[in-house]
Amino acid sequence: MSLAAEVELAPGDWQERIWRLLGEVNDPEIPILSITDLGIVRYVRGTSREDARVGLTPTYSGCPATEVIRRLVEAKLARAGLAHVVIETQLAPPWTSDWITPAARRKLSAYGIAPPVESVTNPKRLFGAAQVGCPRCQSTATRLVSEFGSTPCKAHYTCTDCLEPFDYFKCI
Amino acid sequence: MPALSEDPRLRYVLRLADTSLILGQRLSEWVGHAPALEEDLGVANIALDLIGQARLLLSYAAQLEGRGGTEDELAFLRDAAQFLNLTLVEQPNGDFGHTVVRQLLVSAFQLELYTALQTCADPRLAEIAAKAVKETQYHVRYSASWVVRLGDGTAESHARVQDALTQLWPFTTELFADDGVDAAMIAAGIAPDAAALRALWSARIDAVLAEATLTRPADAPFPWHGKRGVHTEHLGYMLAEMQFLQRAYPGAEW
Repeated sequence: MSLAAEVELAPGDWQERIWRLLGEVNDPEIPILSITDLGIVRYVRGTSREDARVGLTPTYSGCPATEVIRRLVEAKLARAGLAHVVIETQLAPPWTSDWITPAARRKLSAYGIAPPVESVTNPKRLFGAAQVGCPRCQSTATRLVSEFGSTPCKAHYTCTDCLEPFDYFKCI
Repeated sequence: MPALSEDPRLRYVLRLADTSLILGQRLSEWVGHAPALEEDLGVANIALDLIGQARLLLSYAAQLEGRGGTEDELAFLRDAAQFLNLTLVEQPNGDFGHTVVRQLLVSAFQLELYTALQTCADPRLAEIAAKAVKETQYHVRYSASWVVRLGDGTAESHARVQDALTQLWPFTTELFADDGVDAAMIAAGIAPDAAALRALWSARIDAVLAEATLTRPADAPFPWHGKRGVHTEHLGYMLAEMQFLQRAYPGAEW
């Protein structure tokens, strides 16, 4: 989106405008998803654009992307003339993979990462073997290789049908 | 750093923070050295979670201290006697079996502790605990699965993890040895009761040990006081490495 188009928005639409800008900030580790896809933008608040505040939440406490995302948001807002917007970190309620939007789950799958298959509200999720589908061939004949993959939010699986190794976005 | 305040809440938060920080630092020693790439990633990810939790807790401790200090000053400028971590977590890694046994003992403890703290009377601690408990579930699952695989594996792997369990078990007494700090936090509606915590931890550990065909060692007398700042010699060596950069180049940033 061009800067000119943004500036022409009516003043009352400032919240919607900030949400749209945030929707253009991609996660640095899974660039196929925006930070709004992931559900890590918790709120855009304020009585006017002059005292706007944006609330971000980390996915994992130690996720190294958290710091980068904050800077990307700062830069995005500054480029749109919104450098004054205050960025806050909200810890509670803690982030859950349930907040990943349905559209984002489809994007993940198309990108080669199996999306979380169960809701965290299912108490059996840590005990039963989740039916993780292979993002390449859709087979559910898959095997957990390791609880941890290339980032804290992913586990490492292998498909026993097409033999492809793949990442699985964990339920948390 | 000036002497640590006697404020029980600050000390309680530092115990949690330092236990996570020191264990995270220990685990990170495996990076590039683990038996397989998958385990290298697994251990590194657990270390990352622990250091992330430690950062949240240390920032809160700095706020409680009220001297305008930071998480980094608490991590990099305190001497060993000012660290309040459990003695268990500063013990050397040993072999991979030794590391996963230590991890199970600590993660199972943290899981029960953070579960209880989620509803404690300190709102900041409660929200940090709610975040940590989700991550800790995966740490327990990872370490328990390895303890079972190695315990119920070959004669060699069984002997090694049984030996690790025997060596590390005496340190677990400290997990439930309440002192004045814990008593003050229990009275304030923050810390959970140690006996109740111990029962939950024991049940979880016993279930894993049974599946792993390992024998639970007898409880030992309690000579360890890491959470009061009295450490084994291992912590000093570890801090010498962890704090080197800030000691040699004060205020360095990157």
